[in-house]
Amino acid sequence: MRPVFVNIGERTNVTGSAKFKKLIVEGNYAEALSVARQQVEAGAQVIDVNMDEGLLDSQQAMVTFLNLMAAEPDIARVPVMIDSSKWEVIEAGLKCVQGKAIVNSISLKEGEEKFLQQAKLCLRYGAAVVVMAFDEVGQADTEARKVEICERAYNTLVEKVGFPPEDIIFDPNIFAVATGIEEHDNYAVDFIEATRRIKQMLPYARVSGGVSNVSFSFRGNEPVRRAIHSVFLYHAINAGMDMGIVNSGDLPVYDDIDPVLREAVEDVILNRPQRDPNQTNTERLVEMAPRYKGEKGQQQVANLEWRKGTVNERLTHALVHGITEFIDADTEEARLAAERPLHVIEGPLMDGMNVVGDLFGAGKMFLPQVVKSARVMKQAVAWLMPFMEAEKEGQERQAAGKVLMATVKGDVHDIGKNIVGVVLQCNNYEVVDLGVMVPADRILDEAKKHKVDMIGLSGLITPSLDEMVFVAAEMERQGFDIPLLIGGATTSRTHTAVKIEPAYRRGPTTYVVDASRAVGVVSGLLSEGERDRIIAETRAEYVKVREQYARGQTVKARTSIAEARERAFAIDWKGYASPKPAFIGTRVFEPSLAELVPFIDWSPFFASWELIGRFPQILEDDVVGQAATDLYRDARAMLDKVVAEKWFGAKGVIGFWPAQAQGDDIVLYTDETRVAEFSRLHTLRQQMDKGEGKSNVALSDFVAPIGQGADYVGGFAVTAGHGEDEIVKRFKDAGDDYSAIMASALADRLAEAFAEWLHHKARVELWGYAPDEDADVDRLIAEKYQGIRPAPGYPAQPDHTEKGTLFKLLDAEAATGLQLTESYAMTPGAAVSGLFFSHPQAHYFGVGKIDADQVEDYARRKGWDLATAERWLSPILNYDPLARARGAAA
Amino acid sequence: MTDLSIRANRVAALKAAAKEKILILDGSWGVMFQKKGLTEADYRAQRFAAYNGQMKGNNDILCLTRPDLVAELHDAYFSAGADISETNTFSGTTIAQADYHLGEQDVWDINIEGARIGRSVADRWNAENPASPKFIAGSMGPLNVMLSMSSDVNDPGARKVTFDQVYEAYRQQVDALYQGGVDLFLIETITDTLNCKAAIKAILDWRDEGHEELPIWISGTITDRSGRTLSGQTAEAFWNSVKHAKPFAVGFNCALGADLMRPHIAEMARIADTLVAAYPNAGLPNAMGQYDEEPHETGHALHEWAKDGLVNILGGCCGTTPDHIRHVADEVRGVKPRQIPERPRAMRLAGLEPFELA
Repeated sequence: MRPVFVNIGERTNVTGSAKFKKLIVEGNYAEALSVARQQVEAGAQVIDVNMDEGLLDSQQAMVTFLNLMAAEPDIARVPVMIDSSKWEVIEAGLKCVQGKAIVNSISLKEGEEKFLQQAKLCLRYGAAVVVMAFDEVGQADTEARKVEICERAYNTLVEKVGFPPEDIIFDPNIFAVATGIEEHDNYAVDFIEATRRIKQMLPYARVSGGVSNVSFSFRGNEPVRRAIHSVFLYHAINAGMDMGIVNSGDLPVYDDIDPVLREAVEDVILNRPQRDPNQTNTERLVEMAPRYKGEKGQQQVANLEWRKGTVNERLTHALVHGITEFIDADTEEARLAAERPLHVIEGPLMDGMNVVGDLFGAGKMFLPQVVKSARVMKQAVAWLMPFMEAEKEGQERQAAGKVLMATVKGDVHDIGKNIVGVVLQCNNYEVVDLGVMVPADRILDEAKKHKVDMIGLSGLITPSLDEMVFVAAEMERQGFDIPLLIGGATTSRTHTAVKIEPAYRRGPTTYVVDASRAVGVVSGLLSEGERDRIIAETRAEYVKVREQYARGQTVKARTSIAEARERAFAIDWKGYASPKPAFIGTRVFEPSLAELVPFIDWSPFFASWELIGRFPQILEDDVVGQAATDLYRDARAMLDKVVAEKWFGAKGVIGFWPAQAQGDDIVLYTDETRVAEFSRLHTLRQQMDKGEGKSNVALSDFVAPIGQGADYVGGFAVTAGHGEDEIVKRFKDAGDDYSAIMASALADRLAEAFAEWLHHKARVELWGYAPDEDADVDRLIAEKYQGIRPAPGYPAQPDHTEKGTLFKLLDAEAATGLQLTESYAMTPGAAVSGLFFSHPQAHYFGVGKIDADQVEDYARRKGWDLATAERWLSPILNYDPLARARGAAA
Repeated sequence: MTDLSIRANRVAALKAAAKEKILILDGSWGVMFQKKGLTEADYRAQRFAAYNGQMKGNNDILCLTRPDLVAELHDAYFSAGADISETNTFSGTTIAQADYHLGEQDVWDINIEGARIGRSVADRWNAENPASPKFIAGSMGPLNVMLSMSSDVNDPGARKVTFDQVYEAYRQQVDALYQGGVDLFLIETITDTLNCKAAIKAILDWRDEGHEELPIWISGTITDRSGRTLSGQTAEAFWNSVKHAKPFAVGFNCALGADLMRPHIAEMARIADTLVAAYPNAGLPNAMGQYDEEPHETGHALHEWAKDGLVNILGGCCGTTPDHIRHVADEVRGVKPRQIPERPRAMRLAGLEPFELA
């Protein structure tokens, strides 16, 4: 087993850092904090804080600094070592840390009573403790004394106060060697050998030390000091030293030290017999030292340190960090060393991807980073492909399983599906991706053709839910029994359990909540040992969900539609003059992408990568902040290219029409005479049982009814997705899923930004009811402006078919190139459409579940039969239409 | 049959019961008092008739002014199937009660009376049915001031209180709760682990002075989807920071409903080598600040936890009612409690995040 060494940062120690001391003495705590931050960023796993300085009120300085550190999440994430020779300072420090700290140090120096009293307080505050090898006689210098004191301290602690042995760290004193005093020559050996014995004799205890002491006699010659530290640690760690106060960031790797210097240092550290009868080991090193002094400043660029690892380590590093720069060369090196190119994939590359998978699973990597890893993997595989094809008996790579994925018919959204695909590929699953708008028969044909192990369906809009039920029923009919996975924004565990699973009884159906769960679900369903248990558990769970759903169904009280209408949202129209738009009819806009960029709302962009939080705060988040920052940087870089090179075409149309409400409908007129009906918008009304004084709202409430003053309604459809498919395909073909997903996500954001831009233009200019509105984008995003732009298919009007009416009104296909699928999804997918309402009291709301009386009424108004209405409104029905039909028949 | 009028026997009975079954804690108190529609006069009664200011909302004072209601609620929760009921002393520290300008004596009385009320209700139940013993946990809630967080946006190092002040406040509460007859201490809704550490030290020091060893139950609060406590710790860092208390139970309560709390409880179930306890809210509050989760929904969710072996103690926090607790108790009856895992010995430290030297 490779020994693990914990590196304790020492730069926040006034006795070890002149710079830090100066900052603290001057009271420059802000700068002092940045020293702590740098240490943590450089990899310190624990930071040592020491304020023992004659010029300071050490206790006050300790409290001030620890309290300030507590406010810095990027520093406070690591444990603190409270370091002082004064117990009062240590105890004051213990009262400032919420985590579990290490006390450095206590000892038997002033006798057993005091030692135990302090140990007991450490137990009460909940801290681990460093015990110095120091007793009433003095500080231990020889191996025997070190071991003797540590053993006594250990037994005293464990037996007399029940101190947990795993919380004891011994510091058996590192003293300077090569001082010219012969008695000092064995000091390093004494420490190393004492360490070895302590670790053997005293179970669970740890050994630490302040490393820089050992090279004290070479002050001023940093390169030689670093070489001494490196050699000392090499031997001490092998003997069992667990942690040390050391600036390990600038230590040379043992193997990289000049062999001549290394041998001389080793002779000193290990106190070997002298090589030259006329020169001691110390004299030899002292003589040699000045030659190495000049090396200062030749520090390597720290972030290329990883290039020194073995090729396997380098491949893993590149995969984990998403670095493609050296991947071809490293892959080639691995290929030359391997028997067959395939072995490179199955060996080092999969090992690296397993590390990625583990880190992702442990929440230490986030989605954007994993997708970047996949890009590195693909590039490595692409390098190997020609060699594999050249192999005569080139066999196919053994994948862990084959998964077919598709966005169902009528739906065009695929970012989430693509992410799941990438994550599965990272985990050695083969993914057959059929893309978007895939009809059921094609899904099933391809599934047979490719002999896939399971099928994954994705969808974003609500009509896709029905399509998924249909695919499930078709799988049942055609005799499939492989697992069916359901995912996408509109899907849910409840819908899967209530509607999809009952349609497909031969095989298991599982809802996958997000990409991070996909691997667990897929591997579980393919595991021989786990499969049956998991399937049974899921089935049992879904039975419960159905029962719960059935119970929930009966308790949701609805008011009748007649009563709900009486409780409509009442706007006082008397004396209200609706603003008049600048024109009646439609107008087309083609803004440049640069105009749209300032209107981008970034928060949903992060959400599409499963990073949840508000922008820009998310960049500072202590968990996902780093991932979010990297992602944002890449996004901005690509966005610059998108804009400069005009990757996407943005086209939109807006229209205004005279309008009056009539019941829950909105009548649009051909002109201001308001005689001839041009078209009719249908809206749905809330039917939840609301408290006194609350309204049951429908969108028609926001338009003046017939008989009141003249009113207007606007509509729009915009896209920023022309050209997106080509760009995405180009990236995918190049094996760069990261950029492909990024391009899609940016197109989506630009389309949303286009809608904001157009709405803003409508308010200040085209409709002009808020000419003085400030153009602050944050306010736009927070929706703090007058008027709303609800979209069909969203909570205020859940019926997607109203999009058809809107498209006709706008002649949107001709104006923008947008088309509607049979499920009323817009294609290209980076598109937004909706209505504009201008009244100051217009607001967003959710219709919620509706009852049969409104569905019948709505069907009449739409000219549908009841079954059609129930199909389109199925996600919001407050009843089971089948049960109702049976009831009526009986 | 053991004599449950002796505290040591009750503590032993509690530990024995925890081995056999999933223990049930009671539900919310605040919501239940709210439903009573109490007036300022109820809160003041005679003792605080001349009180200058508003007392309404200070639920702990009801221990002194409406002890009948407090007893009634203990009774309702025991009837619903709770094994453990909490004293109505969530804010019973001199620091928390400073908001109401109450002095040390009043705070002392709240705690001792709160404990006595609970004690007498539980004793009545135990006399009637000693086979199913009922226990009283002394509630020690969070403070409105925090030791790890700045009290001044312009000065991140500023603190309104010191560790010693927090320690002293909890220490007085511990003493009064003990004298009033509680069976265990419940440090709950912990938003700042350092405050909790002061409470732990208060209990441990008090015990060192020769007092009886009562079980300690530590319940943190993961405040939101970040998965951290308000003071920024992850679940594992929190456990590493409080395990020196050698608690009888550890877990989480409040802020989240069962669905969002589950991953954190699952994490605790994995790492804590003691009993794991959870009492989530009845979902998240709606726009009106009310909790919509139905009793059967809570019961269903917590049954899932129980079935999956995640918990040893279950109950409810904000928004839960005796009906919720009844559903929970009914659903988990007969389900085996979580097995306490044995973890390899290792040095486990914590900042905001855990650190383990294996």
